[in-house]
Amino acid sequence: MARGAGTIAALLVLSLIAVPIGAVIWTAGGIAGLSAADWAAFRFTIWQALVSAGLSVLLAIPVARALARRRFRGRAALITLLGAPFVLPVIVAVMGLVSIFGRSGLVNTVLAGIGLPPVTIYGPQGVILAHVFFNLPLAVRMLVHGWLSIPAERFRVAAQLGQPVGRLLEWPMLRRTVPGVFVVIFLVCTTSFAVALILGGGPRATTLELAIYQAVRFEFDLGGAATLALIQLGVCVLAMAALIVVEAPDALGAGLDRTVERWDGSPRLDGLVMALAALFLILPLAAIILSGLPGLQQVPVSVYAAAGRSVIVALASMTLCILLAITIVTHGQNWPRVVATLPLSVTALVLGTGLFIVVFPFLRPSSVALPVTALMNALFALPFAVRILSTARDDAEAQFGRLADGLALSGWARMRVLILPRIRRPLGFAAGLAAALSMGDLGVITLFASGGQETLPLAMFRLMAAYQMEAAAGAAVLLVALSLGVFWLFDRGGRVGAGA
Amino acid sequence: MALALENLKIALDGFELAADLTVQGGGFIALLGPSGAGKSTVLNAVAGFVPVASGSVRWNGTRIDTLPPGKRPVATLFQDNNLFPHLSVARNIALALTARARPTANETRQVDEALARVGLGEMGARMPGTLSGGQQSRAALARVLLQDKPLVLLDEPFSALGPGQRREMLALCRDVLGGAGRTVLFVSHDPEDAAQADAISVVIDGTVSPPRPAAEVLEDPASPLRSYLGK
Repeated sequence: MARGAGTIAALLVLSLIAVPIGAVIWTAGGIAGLSAADWAAFRFTIWQALVSAGLSVLLAIPVARALARRRFRGRAALITLLGAPFVLPVIVAVMGLVSIFGRSGLVNTVLAGIGLPPVTIYGPQGVILAHVFFNLPLAVRMLVHGWLSIPAERFRVAAQLGQPVGRLLEWPMLRRTVPGVFVVIFLVCTTSFAVALILGGGPRATTLELAIYQAVRFEFDLGGAATLALIQLGVCVLAMAALIVVEAPDALGAGLDRTVERWDGSPRLDGLVMALAALFLILPLAAIILSGLPGLQQVPVSVYAAAGRSVIVALASMTLCILLAITIVTHGQNWPRVVATLPLSVTALVLGTGLFIVVFPFLRPSSVALPVTALMNALFALPFAVRILSTARDDAEAQFGRLADGLALSGWARMRVLILPRIRRPLGFAAGLAAALSMGDLGVITLFASGGQETLPLAMFRLMAAYQMEAAAGAAVLLVALSLGVFWLFDRGGRVGAGA
Repeated sequence: MALALENLKIALDGFELAADLTVQGGGFIALLGPSGAGKSTVLNAVAGFVPVASGSVRWNGTRIDTLPPGKRPVATLFQDNNLFPHLSVARNIALALTARARPTANETRQVDEALARVGLGEMGARMPGTLSGGQQSRAALARVLLQDKPLVLLDEPFSALGPGQRREMLALCRDVLGGAGRTVLFVSHDPEDAAQADAISVVIDGTVSPPRPAAEVLEDPASPLRSYLGK
């Protein structure tokens, strides 16, 4: 039973990717007709991804080293803060950055106070700043994992030999780890949409994703959008291929391990590095909360309706994602799990464009906006859910599989007696992550939604676009509360009674 | 009743095991030999956890090596992980009768009787993690007692216990399983444990010898076993 259901789930995932991509390729009919603007979008996409990934990794190295070699009160809280980008809606974080680096933000207020000209967050520099904000924590977590993977004994041997730890142990680890971290962040930045939508645009800062959105939404040029989508697909596939070659380190569970007691380096310098990193992450979030709480009173009623739709979409998306993930991880063979990673190699805008092409002749796209958004959100959370659940399911089978075999437990009985109780905690985490990712999503919905169909992130974006910044800040607080709320609810639910 | 391993050959990651023997039903048989000799592999082949390269495993003349583990007339006590830690002791034992979340009154009565039989009368509601190692072994034994399986394999389930408690558990197994007419094969690398068996089958370097009376094997061991026993 498990195998049949797993096969069906994997084929469903495959068709949800293949059919829209097929529609895109069919409509594009080749990539001959690229305009100068399309080439500019392609060049900017690659350039900003390279710079963002490079800066994120460079800045992350001292922070990760400091975190890996220092024990201090609040370390666990700092690690948790570094995990926030996994569940924080992109649009909220961008708004926080605008509060700090925007026209009337903290930085420009300080600059004006000392007589210096203002800086602007809009344009390429803003896109890169936002990408570093999101990816610095990701890079830190992956690099900390690399540091903690060096056995404590090796540090002690190096100390006894009087050898420099950096050259003997850290440099070989970094040489192994950094390429993977760089490629992961490069991939994330090439597929980034919401950041470019809010902070980019224009001839200097339009990414391929943004160009696809503009072609579909404003120019209604499906052929042009399909061509861009095909190029974006090529970029993603190349980045994914690179990722397979360099092998990315783990980031989901990294960092809370026991640190190795170290004697080298300056504790003060490490403290300063960590404080600066924490400030860079905390300031925008604090700014949102501080400016958003008064703004809650100015939030229009329509935003609350959008919040309700977002919750429904998040719950539907989470349910679908978890059902697919469970059936895939219990299949018993590896190929469905490989299929489940495929959504990482396509973007929401590419699939959205394909689905738009598929449904357009038959339905008004806005009439299926919410179901399609839920479906796509489930699909894009699936690789994370499958990865989280695979380890837990495999551990349960390795520990108790023979006992279950001996008791003739198979099918649903095996799921109920063995698998579900043993994967309960990671199941809660995966469900929370899927729901939070869906809550904060500002991707496919932008292509499909019309009036009365908007989700909370889209409603917030429209408030920002209309320069209703106080109301947008209020909506941001609501969005943060709901995203963290659904994550907490499911993650907590998985932990209750899972101690055995 | 008899278990027959007919020209059985197993090949696993460069390790090869050969066995050709018959074990009469109702006996308490030890597989004795050093670590890595292939004792557990024999049990895994009988239980269906390793593939058979050639030959066959038969119970009462019926070939069973083609059946999945749950369909074989075999119940196994493993070295560890014999109880699901997220289920109560009673639920763990009830799995021998049903996978339903709520056993019937009759099934509950059988569970209580089995618990009483192994000396855990009042412990059905406890979680496995709250029991001592010896109590966990008894609980797993109670489940085996309820399983309708004539052949019981003990793959060193008591190895974490001290020597006295281990022998006590073996004696309990002999008492309750033997009393229920089960055939028991148990793995041991300790001659004093093996001395409790009716017969001993020596396993050395992947070769399984036919069972002989325990006293005979231990008093006058063949040469490979002699060097292992230090005689």
